[in-house]
Amino acid sequence: METTLTRTGTEGKTWGGGNEPLKVSYGKLMMWIFLLSDSLTFSGFLASYGFTRYYHSHTWPIADEVFNHFPFLHGVDAPMYYVALMTFILIFSSVTMVLAVDAGNQMNKKKVATYMFLTIVGGLVFLGSQAWEWKNFITGTYGAVETEGGNILQFVNSDGERVALADFVTATPTDRAQHTRANGIWFTDEPDLPSFAIEDVIASFNANPDLLVRTTENIGVHEKRVLSRSASVAKLEAEAVAVVEGANLKRNEYGPKLFGGYFFFITGFHGFHVSIGILLNIIVFANVLIGTYERRGSYEMVEKVGLYWHFVDLVWVFVFTFFYLV
Amino acid sequence: MANTTAHSEHSSTKRIWSVFIILSVVTLVEVILGIIKPQFLTHTNFISLSLINWIFIILTIYKAYYITWAFMHMEGETKGLRRAIVWTGCFLILYLVFIILTEGDYTHDTMMNSFVKWDF
Repeated sequence: METTLTRTGTEGKTWGGGNEPLKVSYGKLMMWIFLLSDSLTFSGFLASYGFTRYYHSHTWPIADEVFNHFPFLHGVDAPMYYVALMTFILIFSSVTMVLAVDAGNQMNKKKVATYMFLTIVGGLVFLGSQAWEWKNFITGTYGAVETEGGNILQFVNSDGERVALADFVTATPTDRAQHTRANGIWFTDEPDLPSFAIEDVIASFNANPDLLVRTTENIGVHEKRVLSRSASVAKLEAEAVAVVEGANLKRNEYGPKLFGGYFFFITGFHGFHVSIGILLNIIVFANVLIGTYERRGSYEMVEKVGLYWHFVDLVWVFVFTFFYLV
Repeated sequence: MANTTAHSEHSSTKRIWSVFIILSVVTLVEVILGIIKPQFLTHTNFISLSLINWIFIILTIYKAYYITWAFMHMEGETKGLRRAIVWTGCFLILYLVFIILTEGDYTHDTMMNSFVKWDF
């Protein structure tokens, strides 16, 4: 038999065939390649976010003012605390994941199951936190006015503190009803009407001598331009066209329109990854429970979903930096 | 040093917990810096970025290193795999970020310094 084989002189060498030069299984290698390509996707998103941020650097919102909510602390200015908590939750679920992998290497089924379960719980808590963050972002806190040029005007009192529309606008009775699909002549509708009409906002502003307009223009570090009373009145009269409350895919009360878009898109894409991760974790968790990997003699599948789960954490570390810190 | 066997019998929980502590401390430092925002860091520029932002970015990469090396166990993989993944990613991302941020800055300058009206 030996003589019928062609000898290449490379037997037993790295590229002689029949071995694994990278010393990982096919599945693990492909998970790494996928994660590489996924990291390029995310860096593409974050880089284009960076482009927009440079482009609008004169009007970009201050993150501390936008993300300053904390559960059960209504009206308390709590910048950063909530996302910091979310970051800890995700890092901790990464720790339980790697502990599950470690227990898998020792073929300890019970420990793997426990740690997988904790990882899933951590993922769900993170996802819930992100939903709450979205809710705050979409609802908004103060409300603002949009100008003809698409810029946002916000309202402050003479001390420079933000004032919500609801605190000073008196709505006049109106017959304007939202047009819905049910009563149109064709299947068209319109978005939710804002709580106040723009005319009421302008009239109430003029009746309140304490109020000033704050533009989104950055002057110096973490400081926005506040107009004088006469300039405020003139700007509102001349340029204000619509009331903006909270955020949607078209406009937001915080600043440039793309700010909302990027927030929804990047944190949404990350949240989508977390959801997929939780799903994969649940499948693997179920397989651990019914003993699939015990019979297979290897817990490598835990390691593979573990790679994905750590990657989700890795991406969050960057999203956290570029959306909330920088 | 490379631990290439799939089933290492010894447990590495000690390393996991120490990495967790490192990551937590770094995050805590970031959050504290983000809340107090020291004047000398926010108002000092270094290569068109404030010092505090440099600190944030460097700490982020430091965290990314620990997540990849310890949690994703990159330190135990072969040199070939490590370089194939890490170098490819790093070079492509650095190139992309450099090009796109330069363009963003240019676009901003064009809007601010030429006859484009944006505040109306």
